[in-house]
Amino acid sequence: MNPNMKRLRRSMMFLNCQKPGLIKDPYVYAPDSIMLDLEDAVAEKEKDAARYSLYHALQEIDYRGVERVVRINGLDTDLWIEDIRCSVAGGCDSIRIPKTETAADVKKVEAAVAAAEKEFGVEEGRTLIMAALESARGVMNAFEICQSSPRLFGIALSGGDYTKDLQTTISGTGVELMGARQHMIIAARAAGVQCFDTVYTNLNDMEGFRKDVETIHTMGFDGKSIINPRQIPIVHEIYTPKPKDIIFAEKVVHEIDTKKAQGIGVFTVDGKMIDIAFYDGAKRTLALAKASGVYKGDL
Amino acid sequence: MRNAVGREIPDEILKATGKEPFQGNNYKNGVPFRRQGPIIRPVMDNQHSKLVKDIHEALVKCRAHSGMTISFHHHFREGDLIVNMVMEEIHKMGLKNITLAATSLGKAHDPLVPMIEDGTITRIEASGVRGKIGQAISDGKLKGLAIMRSHGGRVRSLVTGETKVDIAFIGAPTSDDYGNLRGIGGKTNCGVLSYSHVDGDCAEYVVAITDCLVPFPNFPAHISMTKVDYVCVVDAIGIPEKIATGAAKPTTDQRKLMMAEYCTQVVVNTPYFKDGFSYQTGVGGASIASTISLTKIMEERGIKMGFGVGGLTKPMCDLLDRGMVRVLMDTQAFDLDAVSNVINPAHHRITAGAYANPFNKGAFVNKLDYVILASLEVDVHFNCNVVVGSDGVITGAQGGHPDTAQGAKCTIVICPLLQGRIPAICSEVTTVTTPGESVDIVVTDYGVAVNPNRHDLLECLRKADCVPLKTIEELRDIAYSIVGEPEPVQFEDRIVGIIEARDGTIMDVVRQVKKYD
Repeated sequence: MNPNMKRLRRSMMFLNCQKPGLIKDPYVYAPDSIMLDLEDAVAEKEKDAARYSLYHALQEIDYRGVERVVRINGLDTDLWIEDIRCSVAGGCDSIRIPKTETAADVKKVEAAVAAAEKEFGVEEGRTLIMAALESARGVMNAFEICQSSPRLFGIALSGGDYTKDLQTTISGTGVELMGARQHMIIAARAAGVQCFDTVYTNLNDMEGFRKDVETIHTMGFDGKSIINPRQIPIVHEIYTPKPKDIIFAEKVVHEIDTKKAQGIGVFTVDGKMIDIAFYDGAKRTLALAKASGVYKGDL
Repeated sequence: MRNAVGREIPDEILKATGKEPFQGNNYKNGVPFRRQGPIIRPVMDNQHSKLVKDIHEALVKCRAHSGMTISFHHHFREGDLIVNMVMEEIHKMGLKNITLAATSLGKAHDPLVPMIEDGTITRIEASGVRGKIGQAISDGKLKGLAIMRSHGGRVRSLVTGETKVDIAFIGAPTSDDYGNLRGIGGKTNCGVLSYSHVDGDCAEYVVAITDCLVPFPNFPAHISMTKVDYVCVVDAIGIPEKIATGAAKPTTDQRKLMMAEYCTQVVVNTPYFKDGFSYQTGVGGASIASTISLTKIMEERGIKMGFGVGGLTKPMCDLLDRGMVRVLMDTQAFDLDAVSNVINPAHHRITAGAYANPFNKGAFVNKLDYVILASLEVDVHFNCNVVVGSDGVITGAQGGHPDTAQGAKCTIVICPLLQGRIPAICSEVTTVTTPGESVDIVVTDYGVAVNPNRHDLLECLRKADCVPLKTIEELRDIAYSIVGEPEPVQFEDRIVGIIEARDGTIMDVVRQVKKYD
């Protein structure tokens, strides 16, 4: 399996490929992933120029470990195949498919990515895929989409188009997104892939943004799409395990390892009943804490 | 001769100016000198009127002549009308070879360029020059030298008699008919008149220019009638909206916020951050954001500032209003909130001399714990350049940069690693304006570098593990790895300006920019 399938992706920052100033050093803000956009942010007559910037940025800039995802144009355009060729030739890490509605959409992209890897001598299977679900149909097909390709590491909700399709608008309360969010996270977990939430566009309401991130964190999402670097510290803060959670997770892992050797299946840690079912969760907390730079232990 | 910051100062310049090369910050510490004063023409006649009908009459009465030196302050910033007004009259009178000794010159003074070209103005002494005058000097149009000196250095230059001002023109928001001047009131409120005090003390003639004549006595006077020869009333001395604008909105630029946070972490994790500490900061987005985030930590830890000094902005005045700083010492108001805040009894006006003159018996800058500064370029020796752009053109001002940098116990320079596609952290700055020995910490968006001479501060920050520490060479290398190492700017041989150190020695020279072929 590609080792990047399960990497940490708390924050995915959209960047317009048409603007070199934005894509030259976004890694200073330390997002987990950047989303180099060839789609909606790029004016129709600037698509070629944006691809040119993208290719050279991917080739020349050391993004210092930040994942480089490219959002290609929709499969209903005549742009997406060239977008994929350009992205794969540049050496991007992943392709984001917009407006994904079916497993067949992913298959089409998968084939184009494989062809591009072959054409440009990129290691086979190196380029991953994620699918953005932007319609009721896409959301309803979430599970089949999640299972559509070994390259697919996750799905993301795109709230703007999705709410249009539902014939409603973004209210700020999250009510209109509730069903899709719940459905998608369940589908993603069932298929063993990651799940990402939509952008929060009101940059003047950082408190609203914080609440939104807290909600999706509680729901189980792996991360959130963001549109401004100011949003990154908030996402990372919420996703960073708290010291008490890290200490508890350490105890759980240690106790399960010890008790297992002694043939004990159920026991208590800090007054809470613990068994093997807690093991993966505790390990995940420690891995997240380590990735967030707040845990330096060896568990 | 090579000076203490490694810059070659040609003998011809040393001879022509009678100056020495810079030999380190404390070279003139304790060296005695006799303070120089002007000739005074006593006014004993109680019928004497100081009012003149226009600038022309003031010039005639002050014996304006070719070759004279005239001075101005820059409290009206880009809204200043006085320099142009006076120079137009001098131009009409056909006077030549004028030395313009303003505290600073900006874009408001672009109309003076033709007077540089025709020889009306042949020398300029200022903190710095922005706009078309800077370009004209760098293009070699000024026949004599431009001398760029700090606010403190300017006061030194006047009190030692190195700069002899024939006529000082002091724009005053209010004046009475006997020359009691105040920086507040009237149509062109600027809050303080700090930069002009020394002109009042040292110029042969002092002319107050106001657009708001008030009944005698205009008191308490910021500059006293005892120093003023003539008072001239004109229609307008400044454009109010360009003098002080509304307070800048706190920045939302995450890069600046990151640098602000690093800066705040540096401050709160170094030993001078304790109750009663002193602090100066600038008007840049990161500086203001840092003041705001510092305030939160001061509140959490129950720490209050002893004094804040310098050019002031709303966030510093807010600290005073909230009782978070004991007193503010004001040399310049940068926004309308700072202008109106001078009515607070703990908001004190000070002179530029008290603020920063290195040749008095101790200036406020010497008592600073922290100063937060910006810079166009910083090199691996921690030298800063705040005057000459990376294209070699004079485009900025020293202001109080060298004064506060030397004075403060912890001098922090905030500078993004790249200015567009120019590396701001570089091997050698284009021009040295503040020596590296004055600079302790450089904060960039890519990390924080501590001057190796301050291993005490480095140890504190290492222990606190609060900011990404890098060496200055590492920062330079990152910058070069992103945008490449630029070719040095091409200059002609002719020296068009000198950067004077605080003590009057020569820090660096500025040469004419070579035309691009």
